[in-house]
Amino acid sequence: MQELGFFTILFSAVFTNNILLTNYLGMCSFLAVSREVKASLGLGTAVFFVTAATTALNWAVYYHILVPLNLVYLRFIVFIVVIAAFVQLVEMIIERVSEALYQALGIFLPLITVNCAILGACLFMVIRDYSFGQACAYGAGAGLGWALAILAMAGIRQRLAQRSRIPRGLEGPGIALIIAGTMALAFMGFNGMVSLN
Amino acid sequence: MMELLIAVGVMCAINTVLALLLVIADATIANYGECGVTVNDKKKLMVPGGRSLLSVLRDNQIFIPSACGGRGSCGLCKVTVLEGAGATLPTETPWLTPEEQKGNVRLSCQVKVKRDLRIQIPEELFSVRQYRTRVVSMSDLTHDIKEVKLQLVDPPAIDFKAGQFIQIEVPPYALTDEPVYRAYSIASAPSETGEIELEIRYVPNGICTTYVHRHLKVGDAVTINGPYGTFCLQPTGREMICIAGGSGMAPIKSLLLEMERARDPRPCRYFFGARARRDLFVTERMRDLEQSLPNFRFIPALSAPAPEDRWEGETGLITEVVGRHVADASEAEAYLCGSPLMIDACIRVLREKGMPESNIFFDKFG
Repeated sequence: MQELGFFTILFSAVFTNNILLTNYLGMCSFLAVSREVKASLGLGTAVFFVTAATTALNWAVYYHILVPLNLVYLRFIVFIVVIAAFVQLVEMIIERVSEALYQALGIFLPLITVNCAILGACLFMVIRDYSFGQACAYGAGAGLGWALAILAMAGIRQRLAQRSRIPRGLEGPGIALIIAGTMALAFMGFNGMVSLN
Repeated sequence: MMELLIAVGVMCAINTVLALLLVIADATIANYGECGVTVNDKKKLMVPGGRSLLSVLRDNQIFIPSACGGRGSCGLCKVTVLEGAGATLPTETPWLTPEEQKGNVRLSCQVKVKRDLRIQIPEELFSVRQYRTRVVSMSDLTHDIKEVKLQLVDPPAIDFKAGQFIQIEVPPYALTDEPVYRAYSIASAPSETGEIELEIRYVPNGICTTYVHRHLKVGDAVTINGPYGTFCLQPTGREMICIAGGSGMAPIKSLLLEMERARDPRPCRYFFGARARRDLFVTERMRDLEQSLPNFRFIPALSAPAPEDRWEGETGLITEVVGRHVADASEAEAYLCGSPLMIDACIRVLREKGMPESNIFFDKFG
């Protein structure tokens, strides 16, 4: 497992082991904010950024604080606290530095504190015994994969809303779940190329 | 035992470090220093940056009307920001027409002061002031509406037009950590400048209504600011149709008292909607007005009278009652006050009866 290269991990986190479509993590915001491409691009970017950064951050916290002190059972709560604080910090910085970026990401940042995909990425990195470099690659890949999935979903849903007559009983979450399932099936096609497990 | 202590210690340490980091960030990154706010190109205020425009203006004794107290849910606190505010936020767009957005109109509670601003506000808002008052009486009008009389202490008198509203400042208490502001219409006549009456309906868990109904006592000090609003009597002499529900009584009562003082002979019908007899109030006063105003009629209507009410007056939804009484409204004008739902329904009925939209005036509770 240790010999997996950074690029392999990145690639497989995006495609073969997409955190959303194979692990079904981060579904709530995936379903709620995938109506329009514009909004999902904003959320996707925010998730990518936060996942990549907090995976690295939590790697350091885990291996330099929790493991030496024998406190690995605290990882869930510690990871969440670190993510929440980081999101706050990022929000302040973005608001100060770039008005345009704040407009695009600002309202999504508080939302993703509780996005389980981000916590999931941190936990997978622990389960799979990644080195720091691998953890960074995995975090970036997981975030990128999530962003890709929500963008694809938004594209499909936007198109459906314009062109198609959806049976009334399937409108909204119904059709969204079916699309998600079909997308997951399609992503299964990548399976066997590289495996993380 | 040792393990437990280490766990608690580490948890505390991590939380402290993160909290400290955020405090430092708040003091450095989110510190915008002093910013200048130029109002109407004649007054320059120096204010601490990072706060909402609404609150810094209030600190400088400029009171922008706001019914929700800065949560972005009433859309009243509009000001024109000429420079320094950036693009319109998604939280503002529902309240602004495309023309307003083009004209740089913003909701002042959503605009954060981060650099020097140049803003434009209506001239009359400079006359809005803060008043210290004292509660002189409180009485139950119905099971959930209280009448609160406030005596003006400093300044000792308020100059307002019938139909206008003021804002009450609710000090921090169990339900709120910071002062909040809520709007209430004045129910008394403008000729009484030393004392005003408010009619406040209890809303479960409402910050201001809970404060008034459960905590406020006779003799307490209350800070208010105002007056605000353009819901006033139009000097057209047209026939008037007033419609109100619940505590929407307040501004209409003020209008009627003003008419009584002026011995206004305009024809006027006042439809008041309530559920049952226990929701009716100041009916006696309205009957007096029918005597003193030559062409005034008060028509209370109950939508769900209780059997013990032995109600013989109008029944049904207020819109149905108005529909039955008003044949042709094309020459009349309407004054509405109540919940947004009631007002929208009434506007539909009045439009069907031929009333032009420009003759309908209303005061919606945000």
